[in-house]
Amino acid sequence: MSCGPRRDGGCLAQIKETRGIAQVSNQKTGSITTAEPTIEKETRSEEELDLPWQVVVHNDPVNLMSYVTMVFQRVFGYPRERAERHMLEVHHNGRSILWSGMREPAELYVQQLHGYLLLATLEKPG
Amino acid sequence: MEICRRKGAIEISELDPFLAELLRQIPASANPGGAPAAEQRLFSSPTNGKETELRAEWKMYVEPELRRLFQSATETVAGDLEQLNGNEKTFENRTLRIPAKHSDAWLSALNQARLVIAVKNNFTENELNDHFRSPIGSRRDLSLFQVNFYGFLQEFILRELED
Repeated sequence: MSCGPRRDGGCLAQIKETRGIAQVSNQKTGSITTAEPTIEKETRSEEELDLPWQVVVHNDPVNLMSYVTMVFQRVFGYPRERAERHMLEVHHNGRSILWSGMREPAELYVQQLHGYLLLATLEKPG
Repeated sequence: MEICRRKGAIEISELDPFLAELLRQIPASANPGGAPAAEQRLFSSPTNGKETELRAEWKMYVEPELRRLFQSATETVAGDLEQLNGNEKTFENRTLRIPAKHSDAWLSALNQARLVIAVKNNFTENELNDHFRSPIGSRRDLSLFQVNFYGFLQEFILRELED
């Protein structure tokens, strides 16, 4: 979906380093100088890395129950019983957490759900 | 009106002019044009409001894709509905064949239309569950009948997909 950094690291300490050594030659003197390596650091708080993203589906009085069940089966590959359980949870409680985990797959799930016109959001718990 | 599966297609036969007209209205009804609330429902927010960066990226990258997806579905349906065009005198008892491979496009277009009509009319959950209301009373009642009729078609297509 998007470019830019993701916050879906699986380890607690996440430091991304890019080391690039640039060599510049001087034709007059025949010498070669080596530039300092550049280091990019990207840090995330422990809390940010610990909490998984949740794919939440919200109630909508227009979408048919059978349609919502089919969408859950298709998008998440859930068996019919599990898909129906989630559909009923959405219907009775107003929302259901369909999946939780890393951000990138969660975004893709939300995108697919929107493609089926369900009200779905990507949320951090708490 | 009769609806059945025949030779790899869903066949809607003995269509009276009223229901045929409702079917022909699907692509137009699915268009949220001029109703910001309907537009907002078709392209709802992917977050609960806290992730502004994600919302901005979504608007830029995902919404155009969704727009294309929805438009492609309504175009497929509009193509199938051309079977209903023609001389009004011979319009009665027409048959509409929906190829099985178009089922997903129909489900999407019917859903778009139902959502847009429901938002534009501000239907309540109680109204949407009242399947026995007469379509004759008012423009609003007719729209509710339209939502329910499209829902009936969706149910039939879903059952066919299950088999």
